[in-house]
Amino acid sequence: MSDQSKDICKIEIRGLRKSFGSNEVLKNINLGVAKGGVVALIGPSGSGKSTLLRCINLLVVPNGGSVRVGETRFAFGEGAKLPDVKTLARFRATTGMVFQHFNLFPHMTTLQNVMEGPVTVRRMPKADAEKLARAQLAKVGLLEKADQYPATLSGGQKQRVAIARALAMEPDVMLFDEATSALDPELVGEVLGVMQQLASEGMTMVIVTHEIAFAREVAGRVVFMRDGVVVEDGPARQVIDSPREAATRAFLSHFHRTGALPPATTAS
Amino acid sequence: MYQWDFGILWGYRWLFLNGLGVTVGFTIVIVLLGLVFGLVAALAMLSRFGWLRGIALTFVEAFRCTPILVQLIWFYYALPILAGVEMTPITASALALSLYGGSFYSEIIRGGIVSIDSGQSEAGAALGMTPRQTMRRIVLPQAIKRMIPALMNQSIIQFKNTSLVSVLAVPDLVYQSQVAAHDSYRPLETYTAVALAYAAILIPLTIIVRRGEKRLAVSE
Repeated sequence: MSDQSKDICKIEIRGLRKSFGSNEVLKNINLGVAKGGVVALIGPSGSGKSTLLRCINLLVVPNGGSVRVGETRFAFGEGAKLPDVKTLARFRATTGMVFQHFNLFPHMTTLQNVMEGPVTVRRMPKADAEKLARAQLAKVGLLEKADQYPATLSGGQKQRVAIARALAMEPDVMLFDEATSALDPELVGEVLGVMQQLASEGMTMVIVTHEIAFAREVAGRVVFMRDGVVVEDGPARQVIDSPREAATRAFLSHFHRTGALPPATTAS
Repeated sequence: MYQWDFGILWGYRWLFLNGLGVTVGFTIVIVLLGLVFGLVAALAMLSRFGWLRGIALTFVEAFRCTPILVQLIWFYYALPILAGVEMTPITASALALSLYGGSFYSEIIRGGIVSIDSGQSEAGAALGMTPRQTMRRIVLPQAIKRMIPALMNQSIIQFKNTSLVSVLAVPDLVYQSQVAAHDSYRPLETYTAVALAYAAILIPLTIIVRRGEKRLAVSE
């Protein structure tokens, strides 16, 4: 799976290992994501999928193996020097991340949330950043909420603002860490709608999700993980409709795999 | 029965006003300096570097766990002998009180910082901010809101602690009132008036802060 040549593989993970104390969370993970590819990571909780996602932008620093996003590659393990904070920051600026609990900045308005990255990290003049931020808010259908504080928004709106905030950095890659898991069921659709739209625009995306129907519909590939290893990896419909491995079958038996996606209510 | 006679204090009004000015000025200096020491110590306590945390912890515990009165005397009398640093009573007491206050402020500030959800720093980091930018733009603005009541409380204590500088003959309100009490033979009236003067300044302040807190809570 990771044999694709470098120019089409946007994300490349080789031999990745991570332990928290004596608990080995990731055991020799190999994963490649093509440019414009959408990969869904699924698996039971504790399988290591969120840790894997956080290793891609180095929010979690691996113990071994290597991570490459675009042109930047980091190797970990014995003899490898840990990247310094400036290098890490520059690297993370090129990957957008959306969190399960939104993690919006509560002391800033929606607009300021989205402007924060461009202004503080990219040193963009305020006026340009505001224009960019308004465009991103319009994209997720929340331009009219620009001057409100996050506390006044619904969960679905918060998550769409969080997506706009990540997009304002104009990242090459978007990482979604259970972006809809904290939402009330009726609010899931509006967030999935935005994600689906991003995927259709050719954004490279890695999505940790429990929305199996969404993964089947939107992801090109599905990777099933359990106990820190990749159990099955293949085209989304193949893995979800006719899994090869018994563990995958057992996991998927808990879900409705097909059927309509929750209605997307977002303005385009 | 004791015959109260507050009228006699009128003759000392300029002395009291003078002392009050020194007390208020002193408080402003030691609160501001103390906040600076406290912020530096708090950030050092949260540092990645063990040696820096060690220094900060030593500072905090040394000043938090010894009496301020002893520190004042020590700064004025012991430092010149031990380190050859001569200080005026005002400098010595300003330094001692600022460091003493800083040791308490630092724990308040550190507590406020660690109370902010780690998801906030993660979100900053994910945007590509350095830890320093995340601290300044994301964590501190939120943490300060939570610190304000405790910082205010500590500053009130600091205001009252300035009364101890009279032992180094700094002419604050308490020192001047001692002068007045000895001169007038009316210590009861004098110290009652002094206590009321402290309260008259602090009570409005606490009301203002309580109002400000309510306003900040609304914007959250």
